[in-house]
Amino acid sequence: MNYVIIGNSVAAVGAIRGIRRVDEKGNITVISRERHIAYGRPLISYLLGGLITEKRMAYLPEDFYEKNRVNLLLDAEVVGVDSARKQVKLAAGDSIGFDKLLVATGGDPFVPPIEGLAGKERIFTFTTWDDAEKLKAIAADVERVVVIGGGLIGLKAAEGLHLLDKKITIVELADRILSAAFDRPAGRVVAKKMKANGIDVITEDTVVRIEGDGARISGVTLKSGDYIPCDTVVVAIGVRPAAGFLKGSKVDVNRGIVVNDSMETSVKGIYAAGDVTEASDFFSGQKNPMPIWPDAYIQGDVAGTAMAGGEKAYVGGLAMNSIELFKVSTISMGITNPVEPKEYEIVTYQDLENYQYRKIVLQDSRLVGAVLVGQVDRAGIFSGLIREKVDVTPFKEHLLAPDFGFIHLTKEIRNTLFAPYGKVA
Amino acid sequence: MKRIYTIEDACIGCHLCEVGCITEHSQSKDPVRAFLHEQVRPLSRCTVEEGDGGVISLSTTCRHCDEPDCLRACISGAIQKNDAGVVRIDTEQCVGCWSCVMACPYGAVQRNLAKKKANKCDLCPDRKSPACVDACPNRALVYKEGSQK
Repeated sequence: MNYVIIGNSVAAVGAIRGIRRVDEKGNITVISRERHIAYGRPLISYLLGGLITEKRMAYLPEDFYEKNRVNLLLDAEVVGVDSARKQVKLAAGDSIGFDKLLVATGGDPFVPPIEGLAGKERIFTFTTWDDAEKLKAIAADVERVVVIGGGLIGLKAAEGLHLLDKKITIVELADRILSAAFDRPAGRVVAKKMKANGIDVITEDTVVRIEGDGARISGVTLKSGDYIPCDTVVVAIGVRPAAGFLKGSKVDVNRGIVVNDSMETSVKGIYAAGDVTEASDFFSGQKNPMPIWPDAYIQGDVAGTAMAGGEKAYVGGLAMNSIELFKVSTISMGITNPVEPKEYEIVTYQDLENYQYRKIVLQDSRLVGAVLVGQVDRAGIFSGLIREKVDVTPFKEHLLAPDFGFIHLTKEIRNTLFAPYGKVA
Repeated sequence: MKRIYTIEDACIGCHLCEVGCITEHSQSKDPVRAFLHEQVRPLSRCTVEEGDGGVISLSTTCRHCDEPDCLRACISGAIQKNDAGVVRIDTEQCVGCWSCVMACPYGAVQRNLAKKKANKCDLCPDRKSPACVDACPNRALVYKEGSQK
């Protein structure tokens, strides 16, 4: 059996382990357009900010590829997939045959056609190790940066640059930063902390023109008419599935590669996992892109297992983020900001002075979402309650308590989780 | 593999499992030195919870899951499962992002805020059986073979 995996980040790693659990013998080839072995992609802001060295970027134990007998092709770009002949075509011209193929290429940063952007030198995106390196290389010469987009990528880039003492302005179209993961109060807590650290956060506005002569940037003009001087721009508006090379392959691509609950695409034998996919959502079952690190691992594992002939079903993507910004810890999961609040029961606790905020979202006596700011210890208990769809009626009043724990749950649940005679034994 | 299980009805909430854990992971491995004289006291990797004024209590700790949610969530690769099945954190590699804290449904990963590193049970690699189990006077903690998702 010949397994080919395109992409070499967390979904690929989950898949390699998934395949090897079932099939110790088959050949695994991993093709990556990057020149690095698997690295902790979210760590690029730590690398930029000088918090970690390059050595610590390595995501895997040194012997991982060897131990799992993986044939690794780095710095190699796939330009096409021939589904009928079961071959992938590389940019260098050669083709590689496969029996089972996994597409785990992640996302490509989206750079919209902003006026004045073309030809400017210091326009950056921030999703790869090389992006961080490029920014770092010119950092000494950077004074003021405008970050377009106040999502996770934008904030992380801002944090890394802040550690290098750069003056930063974040411009976000929505009414708050991190609008995908946070509700208003949580967004405000973090925005307050950022402002206290000297970072300007401008919301409900966007960059309409990049100003400057030739390749040099002198500032940006916003939709509101405001002008912000800067010498560097980071575009962090979002990512799009890196699936362009599938054109003509008959693999269905919507807002991501559409997959079933075994992570198989519309073409038999071709699978997809991670940020490049559109898989079912944990709550609605509808297909949704879910660009979340742990979810990419799980999708990779499901795909790898299925490719090797094993059985494992994807239970649906559950959004989850642990983000620490300027020493404020935040963890959010599930439905944090329901579109139809009437259908949910929402309980909150806030002490914004001390950067503390807790919010619980319930639906039909089940926990479906949580936001924790400040005190985030044991947040995983909530993720367990969400995944297991536990009826929280008996202990509902304890959910927001800072010392909430298993003691507040039923004895039956405790025994199931920890006793030698529960399901674990 | 062998795991640590809790018999809730036998627990009296004495916290000796935590004392045993802290001592084992201290520099001196001596309880008096660990608690009174060492500059940095380790965090306990097991957590005793008490309710109803001490009527209910139990010690909770890492399940060393077959498919650990903490490992899947770890962004730095600091969490790995070794060949014996023990889920361990390489503290050097950990960046303190708390993704494992977010993911572990057993609430078994602690935040060491002073060091900005995640902290969890390592099943006491230098001992025959874990220190918490040995410290429990009521045999409310047992170390035995069992499976775990």
